[in-house]
Amino acid sequence: MQQFDAIIVGAGPAGSSAALAMARAGLQVALIERGEYPGAKNVSGAALYAPNLLAELLPGYWEEAPVERYLTRRAITFLGQEAAVSLDFRTHHFSRPPYNGFTILRPWFDRWLASKAEEAGALLITSTVVDDLLYKDGRVIGVLCRRQDGELYAPIVIAADGANSFLAKKAGLQHEFRPDEMTLGVKEVLRLDAQTIEERFNLSGDEGMSNEYVGYATGEVKGGGFLYTNRDTLSIGVIVQIASLAQHKMRAYDLLDQFKQHPAVAPLVRDSVTLEYSAHMIPEGGWAMLPSLSRAGFMVVGDAAGFVFAAGLFLEGMNFAIASGLEAAATAQLAHADHDFSAQSMARYRKRLESSFVLKDLKNFKRAPAFVNNERLQNVYPELLCETMENIFRSNGKPRRKIGRVAFDTVRRKVPLRTLLRDGWQAGRALLF
Amino acid sequence: MQPIEERLELVYFKVDKTPHIRLNREKCVECDTTACVHVCPAGLFELLGGEMHFSYEHCLECGTCYVACERKAIEWEYPRGGWGVSFRAS
Repeated sequence: MQQFDAIIVGAGPAGSSAALAMARAGLQVALIERGEYPGAKNVSGAALYAPNLLAELLPGYWEEAPVERYLTRRAITFLGQEAAVSLDFRTHHFSRPPYNGFTILRPWFDRWLASKAEEAGALLITSTVVDDLLYKDGRVIGVLCRRQDGELYAPIVIAADGANSFLAKKAGLQHEFRPDEMTLGVKEVLRLDAQTIEERFNLSGDEGMSNEYVGYATGEVKGGGFLYTNRDTLSIGVIVQIASLAQHKMRAYDLLDQFKQHPAVAPLVRDSVTLEYSAHMIPEGGWAMLPSLSRAGFMVVGDAAGFVFAAGLFLEGMNFAIASGLEAAATAQLAHADHDFSAQSMARYRKRLESSFVLKDLKNFKRAPAFVNNERLQNVYPELLCETMENIFRSNGKPRRKIGRVAFDTVRRKVPLRTLLRDGWQAGRALLF
Repeated sequence: MQPIEERLELVYFKVDKTPHIRLNREKCVECDTTACVHVCPAGLFELLGGEMHFSYEHCLECGTCYVACERKAIEWEYPRGGWGVSFRAS
């Protein structure tokens, strides 16, 4: 019988961080991954924020880790059908260690992070699917792998099995997903030489940019687009609400094509060569869809727990994954010290998350996911913003009116003032105060 | 629009003999939304002559189809360990 101190299912950022921390603390850890290698099944934009989290375990890791570019430039763009208005921010305060975020490619980064867990003593088992949990007296005591003699035992099992998390559902902690709380992301990685990227995106050296797009990026379907710079590739994609995609009978990859052809986007990806296409589901429901996070002998981390911070301006997941993995590891250490794997002991995991940014941010911004999916925010305001700017800037030899008047008239034709005020208030509640 | 088949040629798959997706076609017969056909990012579902057809070989393993299916007609599990899609450049 194979016995470990802890079994972690899934070698993404959450699972590998947990494995690394527990192995460093001297626990016997098995890290099970269904892919041929860690990262084989994983897709993100991918921007890794809060790089300081991992630095506590791996000081200065960015020197050796496969990170692409550090993010010094962030933009949010409101797309109309043929126009765009951007809020473009850059700061060189983010260009020094510990930085503020990196772009990464998951098959490389995840493999590297898992190798760090291995170096610390964790046993990485790849090409292995976990089909179920093993229980004794209502306590999780191990996992059942899809192979002969597939039982592995440990007093603690951590589900880091990603957005679909069949384990969280099997443990009775997560509900069956609804198509309005999940989104689908489709993405392409485009080759473009480093110098062209730096010139095109106004970057020097290893600086990088993340650009989020709302509005016409996904036609009438609820969602948005993104474009990230890697070292010598671009990551471009659209993220769409599954319910809305089904309702409009649209294909996500056609929306991605349209997005790439938008006049504000096409020049940025011109002459690039597509290297790979990928897709992944994202639990964007936020606070409203959070599962129970633990039971006796069991904890859920990362995407498996729905720890995705999708709040319009913010689109973060891997930092939430890493932080939750580390808190689960700390809880596991406490449980081993006390020899107590009861539901009560495991519940300390949630308490720890409540005092970390993981649950604080999700709770503080709990109104954001619904607001981001507001029909007018998606399909009316970005176009109106573009129209207003166009009306302000239009120069045709006629007398100009003052800017407030132009804006007021443009907006009022499409949206009643009361609705505008109500949406403004909701935007405020979601993001500002 | 670029055909989806061209995109999928860029993706590495190790195809298992046994499918990891099963369809309950009796439920599909009554379905008028055919959400799976639209939402699948690999375009694996197709309604032909009133019958739902699908292939699992180029599945990107996102899970969108079973979430979108109102009738719960899609039985979906992960492929065998090490099989299925392997992203390399994403």
